[in-house]
Amino acid sequence: MTAVPVQDSVTPHDAPQIDLSGRSGGRSLKNNIATVVMYLAFAIAVIPLVWILVSVIAKGGDLLLDSAWWTHSQSGITVRKEGGGAIHAIQGTLLQGLVTALISVPIGVLTAVYLVEYGRGKFAKAVSFMVDILTGVPSIVAGLFIYAVFMTTFGMTRAAIFVCLALTLLMIPTIVRSTEEMLKLVPNELREASYALGVPKWKTIFSVVLPTAFSGIVTGILLGLARVMGETAPLLILGPYTKAIASNLFSGNMATLPTMINQDRGEAITLPAHERIWAAALTLILLILLLNLLGRFASRFSKV
Amino acid sequence: MAKRIDLSDLDIFYGNFKAVEGVNMTVEPRAVTAFIGPSGCGKSTVLRTLNRMHEVIPGGRVEGKVLLDGQDLYGAGVDPVGVRRTVGMVFQRPNPFPTMTIRDNVAAGLKLNGLKDKKKLDEVVEKSLKGANLWNEVKDRLDKPGAGLSGGQQQRLCIARAIAVSPQVLLMDEPCSALDPISTLAIEDLINELKEKYTIVIVTHNMQQAARVSDQTAFFNLKATGQPGHLIEVDTTHKIFNNPSEKATEDYISGRFG
Repeated sequence: MTAVPVQDSVTPHDAPQIDLSGRSGGRSLKNNIATVVMYLAFAIAVIPLVWILVSVIAKGGDLLLDSAWWTHSQSGITVRKEGGGAIHAIQGTLLQGLVTALISVPIGVLTAVYLVEYGRGKFAKAVSFMVDILTGVPSIVAGLFIYAVFMTTFGMTRAAIFVCLALTLLMIPTIVRSTEEMLKLVPNELREASYALGVPKWKTIFSVVLPTAFSGIVTGILLGLARVMGETAPLLILGPYTKAIASNLFSGNMATLPTMINQDRGEAITLPAHERIWAAALTLILLILLLNLLGRFASRFSKV
Repeated sequence: MAKRIDLSDLDIFYGNFKAVEGVNMTVEPRAVTAFIGPSGCGKSTVLRTLNRMHEVIPGGRVEGKVLLDGQDLYGAGVDPVGVRRTVGMVFQRPNPFPTMTIRDNVAAGLKLNGLKDKKKLDEVVEKSLKGANLWNEVKDRLDKPGAGLSGGQQQRLCIARAIAVSPQVLLMDEPCSALDPISTLAIEDLINELKEKYTIVIVTHNMQQAARVSDQTAFFNLKATGQPGHLIEVDTTHKIFNNPSEKATEDYISGRFG
């Protein structure tokens, strides 16, 4: 190896100076217009959001500060009477959300595992396409589908479990998509490292791939859950409201926050029932906000 | 413990593309064999056929024979998972499992295959980390995440993980290419120690490294882009670097191409 001689760099003092100050008026004007347009778009997007929040808090906030709201149901309370709480609806929403998650998570996560780790060829493409279609199914269609199958065809009575089934239809595609994205982020080298140790494929998936993507998958699940807990259409079709606390998923009525909001919607705005509608709305917003925050928090522990 | 590997008429494919053609060579036991050659010549591909990792890539398949002490790795009824427990591998980039502690990383191969005896596992962890010259650096923080180590330490952790399942052969795919010279030296020293017990095959782009660590060197090349790679010659490292039989080998080693 011969060393390459370092060339003396000659600074061209006599070279003409390049003009760096030239900011043409037209360009800077365009830049300012673009900036204004973007800020305006942001403001337009934020106005309704802030408006909703302010009015919901202003009209329903008081009731939430009352401890009875979190401990009592609406049992024995009429639209003209003050008092009672939303525990029956909160409990119903949480219970239905939990059952929906229990059904959707295994199916959704394993479908994503299939698509990322096993799926090749036509069948996988078909599954992926179906998931795309399911993502776009409006919630009322999911509700009507379950109604058509279980009520119309099998003649069953409406119950909370059917709400859960309809919500499952809505939740599975979101879980599949988010889990799929997280699994794709797991570096292939980790799978190879595990195979090279003589670990079988299924064990590699369960002990290396899924734990690595775990927090991301949890985030996806919580965000998906937050989405379906606010769904109303399937509840209106499949889950009749009640004022009492109910925990039987398989028979009888069960209250939820969206149906509670819907229940006394038609009453005059001067009645106490009306304030409870705003309070129920605020409760639902807070519940979903909490799930979203939990989801974001879980994503902090991401290993990928 | 260590085993000999015989490759005969080995053709390696990615789908319909023939990546490597007609490899015939013997990898000696208790010695280090280095694979050298330009990028894309198929040396890593050949390495990955030695523990059936090649077929992990969709469309990857092999024709010909790979004999491990006379037993065909691609014979009927051979389980690739079993092969990988016998022939371990260390990769180009250190890849400790990010969810596991240092201890669990080393024990991963045994744990994931069902060994539960904690005392036995601890023994293996200590022995493997000592074997990889990492024990003294990590013995006080075995329960810290493996990803918190430096690059060189991570790579030694991966070597410890590979030798924990007590393989017969250790494959190394450019194990030092992501490391600084000091870590590289540590790995090379380790390779020298490990060859007492294992058959080692190492792919490297670093000619000095091949000359330093290996006993036997195989030079791969390809005629043109899109053509399959070939084994040009394999001989003792001394001969390859001082008096190769093929002109192509000499040109490559001395830095003259074409």
